[in-house]
Amino acid sequence: MQITCPLCGARDIREFSIKGHETYLHRPDPEAAPEEWNDYLHNRENPAGETRELWHHGSGCGAWLLVTRNTITHEVLGAQLAREARNAG
Amino acid sequence: MASLIARTPFEGLLPLSYGTVEATEVVLRSVTSVAPFSGQADAVSKALEKAVGCRLPPVGTFVEANRARVVWSGLDQWFVMSEDTVTIPGAALTDQGDAWAAVEIAGTDARDVLARLVPLDLRLSVFEVGHAARTMLAHMSCLLMRTAEDRYVALVFRSMAASAAHDIERAMRMVSARADL
Amino acid sequence: MRVEGRGRIDRSQPVRFSFDGKTVTGFKGDTVASALLARDIRLMGRSFKYHRPRGVLTAGSEEPNALIQVGQGHAMIPNVRATVQEIHDGLTVTSQNRMGPLDRDLMAVNDLLWPFLGAGFYYKTFMWPRAFWEGLYEPIIRRAAGLGRMTRGASPEANERAFAHCDVLVIGAGPAGLMAARTAAEAGADVIVIDENTEIGGRLLSDSEEIGGKPGDVWAGEMREKLAAMDNVRIMTRTTVTGVYDDLNFGALERVGQHLPHEPDLPRECFWRIRAKTAVLAAGALERPIAFPMNDRPGIMLASAVRSYLNRYGVAPGRNLTLFATNDDAHRTAAEMQAAGLRVAAVIDSRTGVEKQGDYRLIEGGQVIGTKGRHGLREITVRHGGRTEDIITDCLAMSGGWNPSVHLTCHLGARPVWDAEAKAFLPAPNAVPGMIPAGACNGAMSTSACLTQGKEAATEALKALGLKTARITVPKASDEAGSGSTLWYVEGKGRAWLDFANDVTTKDIRLAAQEGFISVEHMKRYTTQGMAPDQGKSSNIAALALLADATGRGIPETGTTTYRPPFIPTSIGAMAAGAEAKGFAPERFTTSDRAMRSWGAPMITAGLWYRPSYLPKRGETHWRQSCDREVRMVREAVGVVDVSTLGKIDIQGPDAAAFLDFVYCNMFSTLKPGRVRYGLMLREDGHVMDDGTTARLGENHYVMTTTTAAAGQVMTHLEFVHQCLRPDLDVAFISATEQWAQFSVAGPKARDLINSVLDQPVDNESFPFMACGEVMIHGVKGRLFRISFSGEHAYEIAIPSRYGEALFRDLVARAETLGGGAYGMEALNVLRLEKGFITHSEIHGRVTADDVGMGRMVSAKKDCIGKTASLRPGLSGEHREQLVGLKPKEPENALLAGAHLFREGDAATRVNDQGYITSVAWSPTFETHIGLGFLLNGRARMGETVRMVDHLRDKTTLCEVCDPVFFDPEGGRARG
Repeated sequence: MQITCPLCGARDIREFSIKGHETYLHRPDPEAAPEEWNDYLHNRENPAGETRELWHHGSGCGAWLLVTRNTITHEVLGAQLAREARNAG
Repeated sequence: MASLIARTPFEGLLPLSYGTVEATEVVLRSVTSVAPFSGQADAVSKALEKAVGCRLPPVGTFVEANRARVVWSGLDQWFVMSEDTVTIPGAALTDQGDAWAAVEIAGTDARDVLARLVPLDLRLSVFEVGHAARTMLAHMSCLLMRTAEDRYVALVFRSMAASAAHDIERAMRMVSARADL
Repeated sequence: MRVEGRGRIDRSQPVRFSFDGKTVTGFKGDTVASALLARDIRLMGRSFKYHRPRGVLTAGSEEPNALIQVGQGHAMIPNVRATVQEIHDGLTVTSQNRMGPLDRDLMAVNDLLWPFLGAGFYYKTFMWPRAFWEGLYEPIIRRAAGLGRMTRGASPEANERAFAHCDVLVIGAGPAGLMAARTAAEAGADVIVIDENTEIGGRLLSDSEEIGGKPGDVWAGEMREKLAAMDNVRIMTRTTVTGVYDDLNFGALERVGQHLPHEPDLPRECFWRIRAKTAVLAAGALERPIAFPMNDRPGIMLASAVRSYLNRYGVAPGRNLTLFATNDDAHRTAAEMQAAGLRVAAVIDSRTGVEKQGDYRLIEGGQVIGTKGRHGLREITVRHGGRTEDIITDCLAMSGGWNPSVHLTCHLGARPVWDAEAKAFLPAPNAVPGMIPAGACNGAMSTSACLTQGKEAATEALKALGLKTARITVPKASDEAGSGSTLWYVEGKGRAWLDFANDVTTKDIRLAAQEGFISVEHMKRYTTQGMAPDQGKSSNIAALALLADATGRGIPETGTTTYRPPFIPTSIGAMAAGAEAKGFAPERFTTSDRAMRSWGAPMITAGLWYRPSYLPKRGETHWRQSCDREVRMVREAVGVVDVSTLGKIDIQGPDAAAFLDFVYCNMFSTLKPGRVRYGLMLREDGHVMDDGTTARLGENHYVMTTTTAAAGQVMTHLEFVHQCLRPDLDVAFISATEQWAQFSVAGPKARDLINSVLDQPVDNESFPFMACGEVMIHGVKGRLFRISFSGEHAYEIAIPSRYGEALFRDLVARAETLGGGAYGMEALNVLRLEKGFITHSEIHGRVTADDVGMGRMVSAKKDCIGKTASLRPGLSGEHREQLVGLKPKEPENALLAGAHLFREGDAATRVNDQGYITSVAWSPTFETHIGLGFLLNGRARMGETVRMVDHLRDKTTLCEVCDPVFFDPEGGRARG
């Protein structure tokens, strides 16, 4: 597998590590309901097909990426800087 | 007052020479990491040009002037390699000159040696002279620059110099042994 | 027997090697198989189960029979295929899977027991009695199981790993592959051509074909020269693509020095990871054997192999050939043998109305129904026209047609598709996106079609790359594919082998079907069909065809088993090359490492780092003596220890303070410049992640310290928090761990020592407890932090790493004049334990701030990572296990880390568990063992007696619960 880092270009999977589903980007308000925090901390979908995940280019430029990929075909459909994805909403 | 003796990271480990390839230590003087604060990249770039003669190069590249080499070193970050520490406003500046071990790998088969250590596409048309990449050298984080067609400089963590020398030597030995095939 | 005027071997260079201790002479270019056949040695191994005598079946990497051991001592490698291993002077080959000499294998008794050793034999036989499982059955099975022999030591021969990248990867260099490579190369693409043979050409080297009016091998030679002269082409021979992975990443195994006498630096094999933008698969096809009765004797081999031995090696595998075929193509075998002056006794074709291709006896509508010859073929029995006939022969060539090599198209999960017309499985459309099959692997059975498909595939690849195809004409070649019929097996008396390597016969497949194993995957596992080193390359298709017949289904409904990498047997040593010994992981050395080792310090690992355990002085014979002395030295004078391994992160920016407030549970925006504060970092789930001190060097400039163990994790965490949660904060950070050599100087005489190396001395007013700042150390700019991990008056002094060793040696020398010296990790641990400081032994991932007594550090004034979750009711309070100190009732009774705590009177069972011990030490200061641990509602139980029980080490000790801070609870010493 490889991921095309928006900064570094296509790189081998060994340079990256995965954190998990993009849920991590959407941290609830500190005062949010316990259920909301519970979902944020613990509950994840496990889709067969397209999903969006956070990956860290830790053995590369250090950027956190939001990667769209297909869990069935392993196809990586795109990657953007997490902070830009966040700013874009 | 006693005066402290400085040691270089690859002291006693380099140089190495096998076949057409040589690995030699690049002795770093000052390396300053430059991370411009929000909205300051242009101003920092200009100030840097004034200070050392070159601007912040684009992602994945490095530039050289008489007094310095400026290399992209990661997300929003550059290394200024120069004689003396640079002081410019508008950016986080951190001394890195003692943090890295730098090795030049040069020679006809230098690319073949690196192909045993680095997962990068090192074809000249892809990783051009003047390109820089953050990647891995064996299991080590590294900053790799191509300074000429058959010349590369790699920076690894200072504490890992011995491991880097070990892995580089192994690759060099095996590549040079193939020359007789 | 060697045949004059044939072959591509170098007859001017004789090569001597040994086979089972006997010297055999061959020529340069021979494989072990061809060299042995040239000497009329047909018996090369024993079969897996029945230990039947076996010779070669093939002339390639798919060989199931002729498996040998190569090399000696720890360099020996088992299960090497004799058909692939090239000979060289000094090569040592031994046959395997035998007890006693090869021609008198004692295990051959198994062959007499064959009626009892059918499919599922193990499952049926070794069931009862249960008491025999471990004591009797297992040793017997283990002794008989496995092929070849493992060496127990590390091989003295090394392998290597390498990466390669290209635009077009061409797999296989026969007519289709060469045409594809040429087409792609002429268009300017970077091309890698891979072929597993010693030279490119594929079947053109084995068969007499004409291309463009020239002999095929001459044409291939010209192509090689053209390609080799191009800068954008890399030809990799002796290399097999072993697997296809996502995004057109390929694994490939190159035999680098395997065919040469051992040279120290020359790798034996190289495992390549190749990343291609597009690929052309021109893997060719493998000939099908026919499962006729007793078809496994040495001397019975594939027709294509007979031609390969003749034309590539100048070897006739027999003097009196017979051929058993189902197709026109195989007839050329007889014609070629005759052309080479050899005798052809008969050609048996299962079809009728067949055209002869030479002057030989043709038996139409015939089938071989039996064979004779104990250690090699002597005679065959043929049934034709309603009668049987015995024919004397020493080599029977067989051909049941061809199986396209679709393996690599299936590695990403696609299944091949049965083509009724071609009577073969062909690659599924777009099976591997970007890899285009061409030639025989794609069902093209004439040379002309292979050439055309090669060009077309390359054209398609070039289109995907956006390159224009150069004008290249496809040379003229035979468009004769010949016809053929399928004949998977022949009925008759005696066993008919499908999988030669695992001794699976047609009877086994039928038995499996009869017993209900009708799924092809179940049949495979029940019979072990296709599970040997050759992975059933020459037998799987026939086995599933037989299963289809036995279950009354068609071949497409029956389907194939799953094709998985690696395509050929691949040693783990090659895949892991370079990652053994020192290459396993980087080693990190501090600047004081050399000095420490020169003083005899045993070094221990802390993550990747090496740190000194203790520094033995003359006369000390036990680590505890050294450790106790070092502890007293720090408490009474001064000690120096290297703390450079702790993570240091330089944090700057207008929002640096706000950022730290967010990642730490306590406040850092209120810290004054020039001061240091202890910080506790939580995970978002409310548990403690890490701790350390952070210094504020300037208004917008902090230096964070992490523990050694969590340095990488914290850096990644900070990057996550900044980029993913708070990109609005204007802050930048970078690791400065490697930049600074940092030494802790601790003890009553710490200031004296520090002042002796500083250009400007410090005192308690200018540099009080928890102060920090820049200092000049012997004229070099450094940093000083007044922090303590021992409870003593202490400093950490930092200097750029290049001066690290010099400053360390200087500090230790000066310390010694003050009655102090260097100390190691053991003493450091005792000192921190006496002071009740926690490490990752305590903050092990399951404790909260409240558990370690720092609940009040979670600031109520701000949000931070982990705050909300840490306030969950379950994560604090008296129902939790809380950090406590522990002292044994008898000071000499050791506490044990990992032991559990129980009420004094309770039974030491799980339900009564009250907590556990995390860290222990002998405290020379208090002359007692001490420990830290977690105890249910521990803070409310000071003074209580609890029982420590260690079930593993069978130890019980009564101890007293006490405050975790044993030493100087008021903190006066650190401040003084």
